[in-house]
Amino acid sequence: MTAATGAPSAPPAPPRWLRGDTLGRFAYVAFCTLVFVFLVAPIVVIVPLSFNAEPYFTFTEGMLRFDPEAYSLRWYREILDNELWTRSLVNSLVIGVSATALATTLGTLAALGLASAAMPARRLVMGLLISPMITPVIISAAGMFFFYSSIGLGQTHLGLILAHTALGIPFVVITVTATLSGFDRNLTRAAASLGATPLHAFRKVQLPLIAPGVISGALFAFATSFDEVVVVLFMAGVEQRTIPRQMWAGIREQISPAILAVATFLIVFAGLLLVTVAWLRRRGRG
Amino acid sequence: MIAPGRERFRALALVLPLLVFILITFIAPLATMLVRSVHDPVVADALPATLASLDGWDGEGLPDEAAYEAIARELVQAREDRTLGQVAGRVNRVQSGLRSVFTRSARSLRDVTEGPWRDALEEIDEAWADPATWHAIRATGQRFTGRHYLNAVDMQRLPDGSVARQPEERRIYLPLLWRTLVVSAVITLLCLLLGYPVAHLIAHAPERRANLLLALVLVPFWTSLLVRTTAWIVLLQTQGVVNDLLVSIGLVGDDGRLAMIYNMTGTIIAMTHVLLPFMVLPLYSVMRAIPGQYMNAAASLGARPAQAFLRVYWPQTLPGVGAGSLLVFILAIGYYITPALVGGSSGQLISNMVAYHMQTSLNWGLAAALGGILLAGVLALYLLYDRLVGIERLSLG
Amino acid sequence: MTRARLLTLLAIAGAALPHNLDAQSITAVSWGGSYGRAVNQGVNIPFTGATGIQVNVEDYNGGLAQIRAQVSVGNIHWDVVDLEIADAVRGCDEGLLEPIDVGFLPPGADGTPAAEDFVPEGLTECGIGQLFWSTVYAYNADNIPGEKPTTMADFFDLEKFPGRRGMRRVPQVNLEFALIADGVPLEQVYAALSTREGLDRAFRKLETIKDQVVWWEAGAQPPQMLADGEVVMSTAYNGRIFNAQVLENQPFVIVWDGQLLDVGVLGIVAGTPRLDDAMRYLAFATSAESQARIGRRISYSPARRSGAPLVTTHVAAGVEMAPHMPATPENAARALRYDWEWWVDNQDELNERFSAWLAR
Repeated sequence: MTAATGAPSAPPAPPRWLRGDTLGRFAYVAFCTLVFVFLVAPIVVIVPLSFNAEPYFTFTEGMLRFDPEAYSLRWYREILDNELWTRSLVNSLVIGVSATALATTLGTLAALGLASAAMPARRLVMGLLISPMITPVIISAAGMFFFYSSIGLGQTHLGLILAHTALGIPFVVITVTATLSGFDRNLTRAAASLGATPLHAFRKVQLPLIAPGVISGALFAFATSFDEVVVVLFMAGVEQRTIPRQMWAGIREQISPAILAVATFLIVFAGLLLVTVAWLRRRGRG
Repeated sequence: MIAPGRERFRALALVLPLLVFILITFIAPLATMLVRSVHDPVVADALPATLASLDGWDGEGLPDEAAYEAIARELVQAREDRTLGQVAGRVNRVQSGLRSVFTRSARSLRDVTEGPWRDALEEIDEAWADPATWHAIRATGQRFTGRHYLNAVDMQRLPDGSVARQPEERRIYLPLLWRTLVVSAVITLLCLLLGYPVAHLIAHAPERRANLLLALVLVPFWTSLLVRTTAWIVLLQTQGVVNDLLVSIGLVGDDGRLAMIYNMTGTIIAMTHVLLPFMVLPLYSVMRAIPGQYMNAAASLGARPAQAFLRVYWPQTLPGVGAGSLLVFILAIGYYITPALVGGSSGQLISNMVAYHMQTSLNWGLAAALGGILLAGVLALYLLYDRLVGIERLSLG
Repeated sequence: MTRARLLTLLAIAGAALPHNLDAQSITAVSWGGSYGRAVNQGVNIPFTGATGIQVNVEDYNGGLAQIRAQVSVGNIHWDVVDLEIADAVRGCDEGLLEPIDVGFLPPGADGTPAAEDFVPEGLTECGIGQLFWSTVYAYNADNIPGEKPTTMADFFDLEKFPGRRGMRRVPQVNLEFALIADGVPLEQVYAALSTREGLDRAFRKLETIKDQVVWWEAGAQPPQMLADGEVVMSTAYNGRIFNAQVLENQPFVIVWDGQLLDVGVLGIVAGTPRLDDAMRYLAFATSAESQARIGRRISYSPARRSGAPLVTTHVAAGVEMAPHMPATPENAARALRYDWEWWVDNQDELNERFSAWLAR
């Protein structure tokens, strides 16, 4: 393939200077391979370790010989039997789903407004809306601890839901705004001139087009809440323990391979999220 | 046609709910915290009469009997109101050792009903005969104070009102701030070093392979931070996978296992891993837009690869380098979880100190001041990012 | 999704939230790990069985910070807390803990009135004695070939025993250990710490191993770090090491030389809305029977005199408990009694100095 046309969407061909089988090329590919190993290997390594029959964090000799005796599901059984883990899963889901629903609704509406050319002070508003993403989370958590305690929402599910909603909102605003930037506003105008009510026009014309952005924004918001631990550390009581909070305690205090079993669950979950978002993105591009 | 006025109203109406929501759930908490860094009414509320009687005190010798009587009564009262601990804790931060003086005095004074108060107090603890005690009360009695910000930069206000550096052994925040900046810079540099070739490889790979490689970069991005941190603990600990590997190939002896975790090395490795995707993604999107024929043209004009890269390719990627580096740096200086879990005592950053003062020492004013400084730094970098890159272009995965 | 459907969903989510705190329940805060399990089986479960009051368990790592935070923001969710005695006295002085009337406590197993049944330090204004426990140091015999450490000085001797050390991230105990290792006779340790030179000397001694120290916070960490080989020796609560020995067959060895013996107490957070239930729990948990039930699960001995004879063998392992208790004469031959009064006066200043020292 010779790149003659400069079509911006087509991936550029590898430059010629990298195509020859030179030593330089070999070193370059080898280096990149090592970086990929660095990125992925740590995550992959803990999956087999979660099936360790022994309470250790390294590969036992039996595991290296692929002796079936050396593998077991005992850590999975342990977390499923442990009320602390199951309760924290429920908490994580309740808080995550509620925060996602709130963040997605409010964030999508706001993104629609922000996309309008008539929106006043857009830069400032955008800055405020995505500030939860920029602010170091320790600062957000400290402020939330004082504020939510003072209004009686410390150690409540509602307080955590509101806090996580705030943290998830920037992701929704950004992804939906990004989808809308490629959106032809004449379509809504056309629908309006054909007599559609604004709500109807939104549901039939805009929503289907921005849906991929909304869904991936929602996934980002959910992942944010589902992985959030600092705000939970500051604000949650024993009744609001979430999965990450439980993992935090496990890592800091009593690190057992059960943590690795939970981690494996979360890795599978991350894989699903990754695939979904990639799929949505391709759909969004059309 | 929609009138421009209505369009404006419609846009505002759509944004307003979220704006109000963020103002209440996020901006208000931040504001509360910043107010705490300069405002602290606890001592002023608990010891009003004492502070009033100190108004006429010249600050040289000891205050008069009225001040002793006032403090004696108000200490007992504070004990009953359960605010004594908070009062004593605050005074203690200005003059170390006063917490126990206050609590012990309040306990002993329950049995004292009449003066002379000065003798009674001095009998309980000789600290009451030291003007420094009274200076501490007066200093903490101010509702609005810049004390916490001074502390946060290792300074203090002396009783005569002048500002001086803290004694050597109490200067910890500026060095820590400096360490945070250096470590963040190192991590940014590492991310650039590792991320640049990878972004280049992905940007110029055929579409299918590029998607697969991009997914590899995104795996850590989507994986729970706690999982990634656990993974590094498992890998790097003394009896961990990496050390086992090094021992089994004979690179290190069994008793010479490397200490790669619970120190700064652990913090840097784990944070580089966590932040690398934030470098690769902006680089990738910039590199993709660079047409391959530029380099080919340079090559066909006789430029050596290194020359072609430095003169032609690298300058075009600078926006991506800037965006990625700033983003990684911003995220790094505010990082908390990873250093807390794998940093040991030498791998802690400024955020960990904020957490320490929030949760352990309960010096909330100082925590807020440190947070305020950190926030100001991040905000400045963010404005820089907005100028150079534009926040609209902040894309996610 | 329509707004109405969304609202319904939110309403359902709201209704699904756990509401345990509304039912009759209290939150008892303890130290987690194997000790936490012993308290759970020895006290919490029997207490719920006897009274119907649910016990929510929360773990912490000592100190007054969380209690202070709860009292100052007025959001109290801890009720009964298992405290170090120095913290109980300081908390009492600061108004963080409820005063407790001795008359409310049940008599001993042999009928002795509570006021005489407890060891003297077991009855403070706000803290009621629970157990004797001690901080020792221990090592993993598999990881120290050849000559084994036997004295406190060995813990600080990096030449004789190279390798990382685990120590609790607090000034108390570490300063005492440092002076003992530096050759200060046991009975002079606190006198030395009361002088500027003595304190500097303790910090200087700690400085000699600072690079090699892994700081722990939770009592469950030292046995874990010893098992993983993360450290070659570690200071630890004696009961945790005992449990790892008998329940997990770990080749751990306790070095009793210079051990620091203390009494753990229970206190009630001031202003808790569940005061009555908390008092019932405290009275139940500090009874001789409860103390003995814990003592049969982990090697901490009762703070009531009448409780000691009830501790016989370990419930699961069947081993005789007495030889493993910290106050047993053989083990206590070179024990230092923790001077909590000294720490009440000096804790704050030393916390500050210690954390500044750590951050450097």
